Amino acid sequence: MVRFEGVGLRYGMGPEVLRDITFSIEPRSFQYLTGPSGAGKTTLLKLMLLSLKPTRGLINLFGHDVTRRQNDALSAARQRMGVVFQDFRLLDHLTVYENVSLPLRVKGRDEASYRSEVIELLHWVGLGERMHSIPPVLSGGEKQRAAIARALIVKPELLLADEPTGNVDPTLARRLLRLFMELQRLGTAVVIATHDLNLMDQNDARRLVLADGCLHVDG
Amino acid sequence: MSTAEKLVRRVRGVLLVARARAWPLWQAVRQGAMSGVRSATGQGPTMPEFPRLPSGLKREQPLIPVDSAASRALVAVIAILTFLAALAGGAAHMVATASSEWRSAISNEMTVQIKPDPRRNIEDDIARAARIFRGAPGVAEVRIVPRAESDRLLEPWLGAGLQLAELPVPRLLVVTISRSSRPDVEALRQSLRREAPTASLDDHRLWVGRLSTMAKTLILAGVVVVLLITLAAGLAVAFATRGAMAGSHDSVEVLHLVGANDAFIAREFQGRFLKLGLEGGAIGGLSALVVTVVLGWISLSWSSGPGADQLKALFGAFEIGWTGYLIVISIAALVALIAGLVSRLTVQRHLRQMA
Repeated sequence: MVRFEGVGLRYGMGPEVLRDITFSIEPRSFQYLTGPSGAGKTTLLKLMLLSLKPTRGLINLFGHDVTRRQNDALSAARQRMGVVFQDFRLLDHLTVYENVSLPLRVKGRDEASYRSEVIELLHWVGLGERMHSIPPVLSGGEKQRAAIARALIVKPELLLADEPTGNVDPTLARRLLRLFMELQRLGTAVVIATHDLNLMDQNDARRLVLADGCLHVDG
Repeated sequence: MSTAEKLVRRVRGVLLVARARAWPLWQAVRQGAMSGVRSATGQGPTMPEFPRLPSGLKREQPLIPVDSAASRALVAVIAILTFLAALAGGAAHMVATASSEWRSAISNEMTVQIKPDPRRNIEDDIARAARIFRGAPGVAEVRIVPRAESDRLLEPWLGAGLQLAELPVPRLLVVTISRSSRPDVEALRQSLRREAPTASLDDHRLWVGRLSTMAKTLILAGVVVVLLITLAAGLAVAFATRGAMAGSHDSVEVLHLVGANDAFIAREFQGRFLKLGLEGGAIGGLSALVVTVVLGWISLSWSSGPGADQLKALFGAFEIGWTGYLIVISIAALVALIAGLVSRLTVQRHLRQMA
């Protein structure tokens, strides 16, 4: 599903922040992407999300080499992914309902066809009473749940989550982890970037460890 | 069954199939996760199986945040530019109509001027000239302008109440040309030279040519003004779009990351600027129509004044007719369309640069 071969990334003329990254992610797999702060976890997720282009190497996504593809082809690939950003990336002028339904609207679906689906998901993540609120009035945890709901609403083939439990209490973090595991069981490949050892200890998943710009696969 | 009905039925079928395929997956996710975690918040599965839809749900909000102050300013700019363009277009149309009337009136007539000569009897020359034209093919009517009428033509220059009998005032014949066939002007001129040597024939060709050139210049100037103003409107929209894109950088990035392609994002901007363009175009076009109607009324109230005849002769009646109204509305619509199109092109270019 995702294959990186000898991928390197540098910003401008600076040193390579990621070097010789080689790994693959299989369908229905579950893995953590971990490493110390500043190791490049978010950068690697951005490469997978195609919002950054590598300076060398090959990235194969859903069976296509995406390193030289045009914008529209990248958009088609992104529609098969769900992403939870560390900083949530919610649109402040839209309500929670509108933010969560954004990927479906982008796909061109009629609002009547997804309304009940979105409302149900919002109830499920505990935001049923906040669906008319705009992000600036939400707590960090609520924003995080809204961001997770937005990633899940498209039933993605690949879920990329950047510190998805960073703003929630341990109990809710465990519940969200169960949710991601259920998604994996139902066919979604899950990549969770985190440095929360307690979270990672809760299941025996493969770990992709980033350190000094290099990636080591553990398990 | 019509093609439209077939299409609707097909789309409905596709939607039902898609929903039927998607629903079990979602239910499985829901039930699977719920069995372990009940709900993500730990409050238990308290929601109803089919949740009630909130009546006040906001729908189809613009995905790009709207800067209302900038939008109002852009609407005002587009309205002013449309107003000016519509007035220029209406004026060009008025000149075109008036010049067409002049040309058709003048080109259907010829004038014979007979100069007084002490060695000749002018009345005999007038009679001979009239005879030449009355018998010629292509001539519909010949009218001898009476002496009193010729004198009146001089009044604007010499003033009224003068005795002009002693002055050598030329006499005129107005020859109306038939609509079905044209006379042989050169043959008529030669006959006139033989029968009445002091007479000259003016077929107004020079005058018509000058009038045409002047009218065409005015119309061209009007069209150029409309084009320049439309260009200015396009540039204003382009700058506004770039400003809006700079202010919406985060929204554009989020849209990209959830799978929106460049065309989708460009449509979002295009829709918004098309709406602003329509708003500004409607205000500007309507204002131009109101001004035209008001000026028409004012010109009617002036029609009893001394300069009214000359003004009417030069510009025609101060009204633009249905064609003129259509031109004004078309200009407003054109400005709105250009606003939408320019914003789309600007966004696409900006997105390519971002990529």
